[in-house]
Order: sequence, then C-alpha cells, then structure tokens
Amino acid sequence: MSAILPLATPVPVAAPSPFFEALRMFVRNPSAVIGLVMLATIVLLSVFGPMLYVADPFEIRAAPLTPPFDSEAWFGTDYLGRDVMTALLYGGRATLLVGAIAALLSVLIGITIGAFAGYYGGKVDGALMRVTEFFQVLPALLFAMVVVTLFAPSLVTVTLSIGLVSWPGTARLARGEFMRYRDLEFVRAERSIGAGNARIIWKVILPNAFAPLIVSATLAVGAAILFEAGLSFLGLGDPNQMSWGMMIGSSRQYVLSCWWAVAFPGAAIFLTVLAVSLIGDGLNDALNPKLRER
Amino acid sequence: MNVLRFIAQRLLQAFLLVAAVVILNFALVHAAPGDPVETIAGASGGMSEELKAELRASYGLDKPLPVQLGVYLSRVVQLDLGYSYFFNLPVSGLIAERVPATLLLVVCSVLWAFLAGTALGVLAARKPNGWLSQTITVLSMVGFAAPVFWSGMMLVILFAAVIPIFPISDMRSVDASGGGWRDVLDVAHHLVLPSVTLGLVYLAQYSRLARASMLEVLGSDFVRTARAKGLAEHVVLYKHALRNAVLPVITVLGLQFGNVMAGAILVETVFNWPGLGRLAYEAVLRRDYPTVLGVLLFSSVVVLVMNQLTDLAYRLVDPRIKAR
Repeated sequence: MSAILPLATPVPVAAPSPFFEALRMFVRNPSAVIGLVMLATIVLLSVFGPMLYVADPFEIRAAPLTPPFDSEAWFGTDYLGRDVMTALLYGGRATLLVGAIAALLSVLIGITIGAFAGYYGGKVDGALMRVTEFFQVLPALLFAMVVVTLFAPSLVTVTLSIGLVSWPGTARLARGEFMRYRDLEFVRAERSIGAGNARIIWKVILPNAFAPLIVSATLAVGAAILFEAGLSFLGLGDPNQMSWGMMIGSSRQYVLSCWWAVAFPGAAIFLTVLAVSLIGDGLNDALNPKLRER
Repeated sequence: MNVLRFIAQRLLQAFLLVAAVVILNFALVHAAPGDPVETIAGASGGMSEELKAELRASYGLDKPLPVQLGVYLSRVVQLDLGYSYFFNLPVSGLIAERVPATLLLVVCSVLWAFLAGTALGVLAARKPNGWLSQTITVLSMVGFAAPVFWSGMMLVILFAAVIPIFPISDMRSVDASGGGWRDVLDVAHHLVLPSVTLGLVYLAQYSRLARASMLEVLGSDFVRTARAKGLAEHVVLYKHALRNAVLPVITVLGLQFGNVMAGAILVETVFNWPGLGRLAYEAVLRRDYPTVLGVLLFSSVVVLVMNQLTDLAYRLVDPRIKAR
C-alpha cells in the first residue's frame, strides 16, 4: 500500500514532550496560575522588599496601637509601636526560607527512605518502616518544640526540627511507588543489561515516580510554612528574626486592642499557603490527567 | 489463632515503639548542651557548686549513662514520669489532671466535624459539579491554608468585640457556682469557640474525603446492582453507599491523632483552655523538662494506641482485609 502511494505515508509527528504537555495543562488552569502569581508576588516582596525599604522591624516607629490607614503607619503599629508593614515585609523571609528548606529536607529524607524500603523490600523494608512508624507516632509539633528549646531556637534548629519530623508521609508515598515499579518490565530490562541498584533507583524508577512525589513536595512546603508559623507563634522561633508567626504570637495578649497586628500577618501566612496549595492542585491535575474529572 | 498471633505481634511492635520513644527522650535531654541541674539552677536564679553536686547525686546524674537509662526505664514502667520542678507536683498527676479538658475539646471538635463533614460530602456527591461540591473544594483549601491559631484569634475578635455572645477564654466562668447542670452549661458555653476553631480544620478534610469516597462508591457494581433491583434511591444512598463511603473517613480520623496534639497545643494556647496542650506549652517555656518529656511520652502512647485500634476496627469492619 505504501509502495503505491508513497506521498500519503503519514509524516511522523513528534509527540509533544510530556513536560510541555503538563506545562500546557498547568497554564490553562486558572486557579493554578492565580496561585503562581500570588506566590511569586509574595516571594518577590519578601526578597526585594527589605532591600528597597531598609528599616529595623523591631524598631519602635510610632505611637503604640496606631490603627491602620495612618499616614505614619499604613498597616498600623503593634502594642509597642512597631510598624506592622515593616514587620510584614521582613517577616516573610524567615517564614519562606524555613518553609522551603525544611520541606526540601523532609522530601529528601522521605524519598530516600521510601525508595530503599520499597525497592529492596523484605527486611530492609521492615526496618525502615519501623523507623517511619516511630516518627509518625511522635507528636510532631511537641517534639519540634522540645528539640528547639533544648538546642536554643535559631533558624537552623527550627528548620532541622521541622524537616526531621515531617517526612513520614512522603516516605510512605515513595515506598508505594517504588514497590509498584520495581518488578515492571522496563525495570527488569534495565537490570538484565547489568544496571546496578543505585542506577535503577535514582535514574530509572525515580523519574517515573516523579509526578506524585512533586505534588506531595508542594504540599510539604505548605505544611512546613504552617509548622514554622506555629512554632514562632508559640515564641519558639529565632528570636532575632522577625516572622509572621512571631508577630501574631507577640500581639496575642493585645489582640482586642490591635486586631491589625494579628489579622495582617495571619492573612499573609494564609495567602502564602493557599498559593502553594493552588499550585499543588494545578500540578496534580497537569501531571495526572486521568484524575482530572475529580 | 491467626488473629491472636497477629495481635501478639502488634503488641510487641507497639511495646518496642514506646521503648524507642522513652530512649529518645532520655537521649535528647542528655545530648542537649548543659545538664538538667544547670537548667534548674538557671531557672531558680543561681546556685552554689555544692548544692549543684548534691542535686546531681539526688537525680542520679553522677552515675554512668547506661545506669541512668536503666533507672529512667524502670521508673517509666512504674508510671513514674518524674517530678515537675516548675509545678512542684509529680508529672503523672499533672498529666492526669489535664487530660479531661483536652479530651473534651478534641472529642467535641472531631465529632461535629465528622458529622457535618460526612453530611456535606454525601450531599455534594449527588451532584459532582454542583455548588456544594465547589464549596467543599474551596472549604478544604481554606481549612488547610488558614493557621489554626490565627482563625481562632479572628473568632476571638469577632466574638469579643462584634457579637459578644461566647466567652473567649478559659473553661469556666470566674464566678462559677452551684455545680451540677449550671456547671455543665458553663463549660459547654466556653467550649463553643475552641471546638469550632479546631473542628474547622477537620471539617475541611472530612468533607472532601467523604465526597471523593462517596463518588467512588456510587460508581461501583454493588450500587448498580442495588439500583437494578429497583431499590428506592434513598435506600441505595444511605443504606448501601454511605456505609462503605464512611470507612476511609473513619480511617483518617483514627490515624491523624498525631496531628490532634498539634492542634490542641495551638488552640488551647489561644483560648487559655486548661488542657494537656497548654501544659506542654507552659512546661516548654519554663524549661520544665520532666513535664515536657512526660507529655511527649504520654501523647506518643495515645497516638500509638489510637493507630492500633483504628487498624483493628478496620479489620473487624472490613472482612476483605485478612490478618497477614
């Protein structure tokens, strides 16, 4: 047939790469784009805001309890007279930095443990799952509170303690994915041509399991930001670093005389986490097209 | 027989986990810079060297570490969690005193969130793209993103300044008297705001989960069979589908008890609720380590027990899962 009509042979059309397909889906999802714009704005403000507007967020600026929309302080001042807007600009850095690094840490620990448990199975799996259960049983916030107070609160101890307690979910997810893939044909084919375990784990299976893991990583960022906010609210964040949670915690007793010193930083945390989860939902839809109708 | 062996295995695992938590507790306190005596000395504003040495001897801190660990373990086994040097009371007594308040708060929050969440989810599942479904999607996002201590304080502002109908702090009125029903009503009145705050988080999760699980069940064969038999729609929905759709919600409810403690610490702090969470918070601020570690151990055991019970209940309810 093709010999008779050589011109009619279908020209092989390059299938769109999965990456661009996912990107196209993501960009077409209005809530995901809104989330991305929101997060970008918050990150830009937190990174460049303090550079453009140099001030000390702990400095007393105006009369205490100045209400918002004042010419001296647009967002008002707290019970000590510290400017809420300055603190908002500077407070984002600690929150975002700790959130991002702690989430990265928890995802790295989770994927590594889950990958080994799921891939090797048997005794390795048993031992690693006991460790995971142990960290699941430990009440995360309380444990982080203990670690932070024992080793003096600083950005480093806060980040490490959050990362250390929040990985079990990712580990369980990664374990399931690696179990699902380890005996599939393409993995066996790789093994038959002599690929070692390390190569199979990181170069063969991991890229295939990436979609659910990246979605869970996004959720981990949101959870870590909330975690940091909770710790700072309780007064267990880095005392030298302004953060949104600290603003709420320090104005807790005065909330009835300056609602703005609590409402604005809380709204900042809320919008940040909302933006992250909108992005996570968008990624989920883009990377798992089958689930779209849910 | 098989089931008995399974339970025995589970108990052994649980016991090992608790032992691990105890050892971690011990290791943490000893890995931290400075020893407990230095902390006590700091808290009480300086102490002579002789007094410190005496205290070390009385706490057994002058003995080798393995011996100390042995002593600590044997005390924990006897439910002796040490002595709080801030509250001047035995830690186990302190915990026992605070448990009822936390239990009341958590059970009320989870209960109303479970009932309302399941109802919302089931109603929404009847129209997968209706307005209720969209409300649930928004609700679950908002419920996840809003920090629980912030939403609690927003409620405080609302109910203190705008509509002052609920108390915003403590568990009982200062002038509480009479006891009996008046006392119950007083506590219930104080319970409203904290349990609404804590429950909103769970409502968001449960409604989303209930909707997804109901949708899945409604698409399964046995529901089609039930409809084909000519059963009335409400019988299909509420007698056949609902029972199966509730299972995943119950699992999550049982498994998330680890997070409940985090919520309790934050909400109890906001509303001055005299429970375990606030005890932990006060103890951390005062560096009262025996109390902190006692609460940590106690809540780990509670989480562990809840997890095992959920697992067991699930196996009893769902005969498809066999003890392996």
